[in-house]
Amino acid sequence: MKLFTFAAPSRFYALSGRVLPWLWISAAVLAYAGLYIGFFVAPTDAQQGEAYRIIFIHVPAAWMSMVIYLAMAFWAALGWVLNARMASMLARALAPSGMVFTLIALWTGAVWGKPAWGTWWVWDARLTSELILLFLYIGYLALTEAIDDPKRADRAGALVAIVGAVNVPVIYFSVKWWNTLHQGASVSLTAAPTMAHAMLLAMLLMTFAFWAYAFAVVFMRARAIVLERECGAAWVRGLSNPAMGQAA
Amino acid sequence: MNWNSATEFFAMGGYGFYVWSAYAATAGVLALEAWLALRRRRRALAAAQEPQP
Amino acid sequence: MLALFNALVVRDLRLALRRRSEALLPIGFFVIAVALFPLGIGPEPQTLRAIAPGLMWVCALLATMLSVSSLYNSDHADGTLDQLMICGHGSFESAVVIAAARSAAHWALTGAPLVIAAPLFGLMFDLPPPTIAMLAFTLLLGTPILSLLGSVGAALTLGLRSAGVLVILIVLPLTVPALIFGTGAVAAAEGGQSAVAHCSLLGALLIFTLLTAPLASAAALRLAVE
Repeated sequence: MKLFTFAAPSRFYALSGRVLPWLWISAAVLAYAGLYIGFFVAPTDAQQGEAYRIIFIHVPAAWMSMVIYLAMAFWAALGWVLNARMASMLARALAPSGMVFTLIALWTGAVWGKPAWGTWWVWDARLTSELILLFLYIGYLALTEAIDDPKRADRAGALVAIVGAVNVPVIYFSVKWWNTLHQGASVSLTAAPTMAHAMLLAMLLMTFAFWAYAFAVVFMRARAIVLERECGAAWVRGLSNPAMGQAA
Repeated sequence: MNWNSATEFFAMGGYGFYVWSAYAATAGVLALEAWLALRRRRRALAAAQEPQP
Repeated sequence: MLALFNALVVRDLRLALRRRSEALLPIGFFVIAVALFPLGIGPEPQTLRAIAPGLMWVCALLATMLSVSSLYNSDHADGTLDQLMICGHGSFESAVVIAAARSAAHWALTGAPLVIAAPLFGLMFDLPPPTIAMLAFTLLLGTPILSLLGSVGAALTLGLRSAGVLVILIVLPLTVPALIFGTGAVAAAEGGQSAVAHCSLLGALLIFTLLTAPLASAAALRLAVE
């Protein structure tokens, strides 16, 4: 599939519309498979009992939060460098989903922490880095929402996203450094269970399920942004709107 | 099979509250996000197709 | 380019001298914020000694962020910034020089006084002299990083309504490494261990920021001025 096929918002709108149902179906099937294996095939953990099963949403959500940030920075940079507005719109559509996954990772991390370590929050390197990632998302969303002009908003956002992406390894390294300084033996939520194959498989399936879901929601949001920005275009007026009873 | 009965499944070895609240919160947030995105797209379509003055 | 840099720094310092009270605001904030903590936490010397380095670093961070959002505002409002950007035929290099000069002047007015004030507070918190020396040294390396990063945030939020809060939201996460290495060095000095690793990392961070932040600020300035 050529990259520039999607460069025209109208074509993106049409293609994404056709792909959406398949994305939802894939998400559902993968989630069902992942959760089935996670709950009915994967054994009980020796140290944490059944509480560890939160891992099947915590880790995939954390992975998604990081992948989406990189994707967001990538598309934002591409949109700026190539002056391609569809790429910029995609970056804007990615941000809220990334933030949602970060929140889920933090929330499930806290809920897991209580039975596993006795407190609702542990300042371990991964969770603390995840918290800073949340701040990076909030900064991006706050800035882009505060600027009215779409072009300036997209580009300022791209700058923030790129600066953030470049700094993420530095931040992660410094947080790991900080964590080992203050706790000696590092307390990490994901260090404890040695992964049985079934556990890994379930985690992987759930990651793909989240991926399919993220594609679906991001595409939906991107389509909304396309309509919001291209509202003057002829092709938009020609779209069929079931709510208004118009024909295509 | 890990579970001998439905009760055992929901109890999650005593950690039922934690496990199920985490899953419920996740499902709820994801559903909300999807619904908000759908609503935004619908509203944008309606606004774009307003008859122009 | 160097002439432009010097001219801008001198201009900023001269302007600040004319509005001395405004220039002292960040230090005033720092003093009050630091003094609040013993009031809120209790005067127990052991506790205060333990939290003092981190506390002062965080207050230095906040003081820098608060003063940085007005970095470009007054010049932007009266059109001077546009004129400056046109110098050097609107090239990227001149924008970089402007950003670098702004950051340098900001550090001279905010960061340098903090480096000098911190040891005085170190005495108030009953820190031993080696710790105070390390604190001043890490602030000397760290406050330029804060000014440089703050300049990026100020340029990005130029002309926006809630610029002050936005700058804090955007820039604070980026300052976390400096905070960690800086306070880590002080903690190491307190424990009698070598702080060389922390200081090297902080120094490397300073060099990295010196090389990249003015570029990012320049790009953001051009976005804002377009």
